[in-house]
Order: sequence, then structure tokens, then C-alpha cells
Amino acid sequence: MDFLTTFPDIGRQNLRDIKKSVDATFKDFSRSYGEGIEDFFYPLLKFLVFFEKLLINTPWPIIIAVLAGLAWLGSRNWKLVTGTIISFIIIGALGMWKDTMATLAIISVATLVCIAVGIPFGIWMAKSDRMQSIITPVLDIMQTIPSFVYLIPVVMLLGLGKVPGLLAVCVYALPPLVRLTNLGIRLVDREILEAADAFGANPRQKLFGVQIPLALPNIFAGINQTIMMALAMVVIASMIGVKGLGVPVLQAVQNQYLALGLMNGLAIVALAIIFDRVSQQYGKRLQKHREGGHHE
Amino acid sequence: MSNNEIKVEIKNLYKIFGRNPQKHLEKAQNGMGKSELMEKTAHVMGLCDVNIKIPARGIQVIMGLSGSGKSTLIRHINRLIEPTAGEIIVDGVDVLAMSQDELRDFRRKKASMVFQKFALLPHRTVIQNVAYGLDIQNVPEEEKHQRSMKWLERVGLGGFEDNYPSQLSGGMQQRVGLARALATDADILLMDEAFSALDPLIRTDMQDILLKLQEELHKTIIFITHDLDEALRIGDNIAILRDGSIVQQGTPQEIVLKPADDYVADFIKDINRSRVLQLGSITHDGKAESNIILERSTTIEDAIQSLRKANANDANVIHEGNSIGVVTLNDMLGAIERPDATNTGENAYS
Ligand SMILES: Nc1ncnc2c1ncn2[C@@H]1O[C@H](COP(=O)(O)OP(=O)(O)OP(=O)(O)O)[C@@H](O)[C@H]1O
Ligand SMILES: [Mg+2]
Repeated sequence: MDFLTTFPDIGRQNLRDIKKSVDATFKDFSRSYGEGIEDFFYPLLKFLVFFEKLLINTPWPIIIAVLAGLAWLGSRNWKLVTGTIISFIIIGALGMWKDTMATLAIISVATLVCIAVGIPFGIWMAKSDRMQSIITPVLDIMQTIPSFVYLIPVVMLLGLGKVPGLLAVCVYALPPLVRLTNLGIRLVDREILEAADAFGANPRQKLFGVQIPLALPNIFAGINQTIMMALAMVVIASMIGVKGLGVPVLQAVQNQYLALGLMNGLAIVALAIIFDRVSQQYGKRLQKHREGGHHE
Repeated sequence: MSNNEIKVEIKNLYKIFGRNPQKHLEKAQNGMGKSELMEKTAHVMGLCDVNIKIPARGIQVIMGLSGSGKSTLIRHINRLIEPTAGEIIVDGVDVLAMSQDELRDFRRKKASMVFQKFALLPHRTVIQNVAYGLDIQNVPEEEKHQRSMKWLERVGLGGFEDNYPSQLSGGMQQRVGLARALATDADILLMDEAFSALDPLIRTDMQDILLKLQEELHKTIIFITHDLDEALRIGDNIAILRDGSIVQQGTPQEIVLKPADDYVADFIKDINRSRVLQLGSITHDGKAESNIILERSTTIEDAIQSLRKANANDANVIHEGNSIGVVTLNDMLGAIERPDATNTGENAYS
């Protein structure tokens, strides 16, 4: 009876040995390669620090003007531009300017990293069914595994700091961009691809002249998703030493400061809404001439 | 002009779709038909022993019902589809022996294509679409612009260059498709049901545009359609496909006068024969009682008009100024009578 009520596990001793040996192996690995990996990410760190300093040291009116300008370029919508200006003025007035700039910096850099890595992988996936069947489960894991679990090896390797935080954000935010790039390219009309073939386009001309341009609306939806997910990771990233709006939120949770948590949380929400609306409007404008349009 | 230069020659072409076409090729070569092949091997017979010589500078129409292999055949000419067996010779060069680079060059310079659903690039403007083939060949900006503007104007779309395809009607979009194909100056034009998606009136317009351009350009045009009126109107030669095999090839006159089998007879049974048939194909020796003179390319419809107006019963037929014989009203009536009425004795109409 005992056999059925308690699961016959491999035994406490064995389990401890397995865990120990895994931990030890990884520690050895991190001791011998940690430095090399750190060096590898050093340029990224420098860029992130530079960008954060730039945002913090630039006079606030210029930052607001630039952000408003970007919102206009992206959306061509005065309401959004006004909303952006007002949001940032309130954020500044409530004393969250510096943290917001730090968050802006890490989100921007994380998005750039995701674009640089995600789009090529998405293209690769679209080109080969084999790659698709390999990458898809990896993406599933990246999206579902609790962030804390992969934070452990990252922190063991690189310690606390900006780079591990950036990596954690990227792991979580990358999958939608890869998926949507893949989907967008696979959805390109076969007849149009055939036309490109019939006119003698080579693979490069097809990719850059037909497939990527036609997949762009989907790729933009992916970038939008990536930004949103990166913002969602801000608080978790602050647990491993990333500055920004996540830090006060964490403090608020630990000390039960309701107002502090609410304010910073709402600042994150404001950033999310602005990014989302602007990038969506931009995506829509990109494909305006494709569907609509009337014959005069 | 009417020399016998052959532009495209297709020999013993087979195309079998399925997991292992080579394995079942022999069965097809030994005469297994499309439905039997499907039943026994689950392979689809796309083309079966197609042989055709396409003369230069004419319009070769390929006709057939849906699924008869028309699209498959035309895509072999620029090798968008690889054959299972056979030869494809264009201008004396074996297309199947070409390397990838040679093939791309062939597609860029030698054969261009117009598609049933237009297949324009939605993110490019009209003029950029026309320039697409030239873009691919890296033609310098200025020359590219000139050449594409020229062709855009030739198809009657001057002034629309900065529109996007979605802003144009179907007929206009296909004119862009035509200009895009013409802009590369390729001397073979492959048109897969290019006008089938258009309204009847616009379709006739497009046929006119094509015929007018052809008068001057003398390209080798391979034109696919399932519409017999269209085939008869623009074709210099017609080939009829059925289940992947060619069942008849010939001029429109030959097809209408001597259908090779029931399938072809069925195709032509509803056409207005008097509008298609010309005096040349029913002229016989002799001299007319009347002094009416008609050119041999006159259609029967027009000839009857002339005879009735002059209240005559026959006419002399000429070609390039020389008399070639006579036709009577009765000959004409006989020719426009449906062939099945004479062939099947059973249900003769009184
Ligand atoms: N990639 C493919 N795989 C399997 N079967 C195919 C493939 N392409 C075509 N076929 C089959 O080959 C036959 C000929 O097809 P094709 O498209 O050439 O016909 P079609 O004459 O152009 O018809 P339609 O008028 O409908 O365009 C059909 O039976 C079709 O189902
Ligand atoms: Mg077809």
C-alpha cells in the first residue's frame, strides 16, 4: 500500500548528489567562462550606460520635445502627441523623471537587441521547416519558464547588474517578434513570389524586395509586442540590479507603500500605452495603401 | 513575315505530381491515363507526352478545361516547374540544361510573364511595379524610368504612375501587369489566363490592346485561356489540352472546321461559327456568276451581308489581288451548320 500512496522517488541521497553535481558543473563553467562571457557583453553594457546617461543628462524640455516629435512621426495624431507631452510632464512633476529615463533606456536597448536577434531568426525559421520545428519549442520555453528560473544561471554567470537584467528582459520579450516575423514571411502571397521568380529575382532580391516589405505589418506587430513585454519585465529586472521604475515598485511592495507603488506602476502603464499606440498607428500607416484605397 | 522559325519547342514532356514521380513515369509513358494513375498510385498526371512547336512572332493559344494542365505547361517554359521528363528548347537552347544563373538571366531577358491575379507588388507604386523587372536587372535609374514610363503610356496608364495598385480597377491593374512584362523587352510573353479575372467588356478591351501592341512588336506570345471566343479572337494557333495531353493543334479555322474528337467538338459547339470561319477555308475552284469580289480573310458573317445586299448567290474570292476561287451562299450555310448535325444521323432535325 505504501508503494501506491507515496511516489517511489529515486531517494533523497541520489537527488542531492544529482543537484550537487549540476550545481558544481555550472559553477566550474561560470568560473572558467564567466569572464569571457562578461567581456562579450561589455560593448552592450557600455552602450546601455551611455544611452541611460544621455537620457538623464539631456535637459528635460529637449527630451519631451524629442519624444513628442517621435510620437508625431509615428502616429501623425495630435491627440497622441498631446497625451505624450502631458504624461511626461506629470511623471516629471511627481519626481519620477530619472527612473523613467532609466527605464526608457533599458527598454529601448532591449528592443534594439530583440530586433537585431529576432528578425534574422524569424527569417531563418520562415525559410526552413526544419528550423521552424527546432526554434518553436525553444520559443515556447522562453515564454513560459518562470523568469526567476533562468535568472539563476544568468546571475551566477554575470552577477547582479544591467547586463543580466537586459538579458532577462530579452529572453522574455524576444519570442513574439520571432514568431510574427516567421508568420509574416510565410503569409506572403505565393503568386507574388512566383512573379518575383518569373522576373528572375535572386533569393536576396526576393527577401529584401518582396518578403520583408510584405511581412512588415506583421513584423511591426511583433515589435509592438516585444516593447510591451519588455515593459512588463521592468519590475523583475529591478530585482537583479536594473535601475528604473521597477526599483521603487519593489520597495513599495516590501514596505507596503501604496502611493509609491501606484505612482510608479502608473508611470509604467503610461509608457506602455504611449509606445503601443504610436507603434500601432505607425504599423497601420505602413499598410494603408495596401488594402483600402478607392478607385477614383 | 510568315517564315517557319520555331521559337519554343517542347518534346515528350511529362509532369507527374506526387511523392515519387520518377517511379511512376514509366507507367505514364506506357499509356496509363490520368484517372488510372490517380487511382493506382495516388500521383497526379500534370502533363502527358506533350509535343508542341511554337512559331516565333505569333500568338499561340493553349486551351483546356480547369485542371487540364495549362498552367503547368506554361510554367515549364520558364522552368518555374521542373519536368519529370522531356525537353524544352527555346531559341535552340535547352532550358533544362541551364544553371541557376543562366536560368535567372533567361527569365530576366528572354521570357516575361503576366499573371491571372495580376501579382503586382502592393507596396510599390504603379511605375515602380512596371520597373520591377528592370530593378532586378540593376538597370540605371534614368534608363529604368524612361523605359517604364514608355510602357506605362503604351498601355494607356500615363498619369497613374504614383498610384498604388490597390487604387486601380482590375483592368487597370492588369495593364500594369502587361506593362511590367513588356518593359523588360523580352521576346517571349507568357500569359496565364491573363484576362480571365476581368469583366467581359474590359476583357475585350485588353484583347484589343494586346492585338494592337502585337501588330507592332511581333513577340512570341503564349496565351492561356479557357474561353474559346478569346482563343479564336487572338490566336494564330491553338492547342487544346485535355487531362495533360494535347488533343488537337491547329489554326482557329482548322479547329472549328475539323474538331479532332468529341472533347473538342464540345468546346466549339456554342460558338458563332459565321463570325469565326473565313472564306479562305471553304473556297473551291470555279468562277462566280456575280461579279462580287471578296478577300479570303472575310468572315462568313460579313460575306453573307455583302451577298444579301447585292442580291447575289456567290462571290469570287481573292488573296493579295489574285483570284483563288469561288464560294456560294450554300457553301457558307453548310460551313456554319454545326458539325454534330451532319455526323449523327439519329436525331436529324427537319
Ligand atoms: N503542385 C501540385 N501538386 C499536385 N498536383 C498539382 C500541382 N499543381 C497542379 N496539380 C494538378 O495538375 C493538374 C493540372 O493543373 P493546372 O493548374 O496546370 O491546371 P489548369 O489547366 O491551369 O487549370 P485552371 O484552369 O483551373 O487553372 C490538376 O489536376 C492539378 O490538380
Ligand atoms: Mg491555371
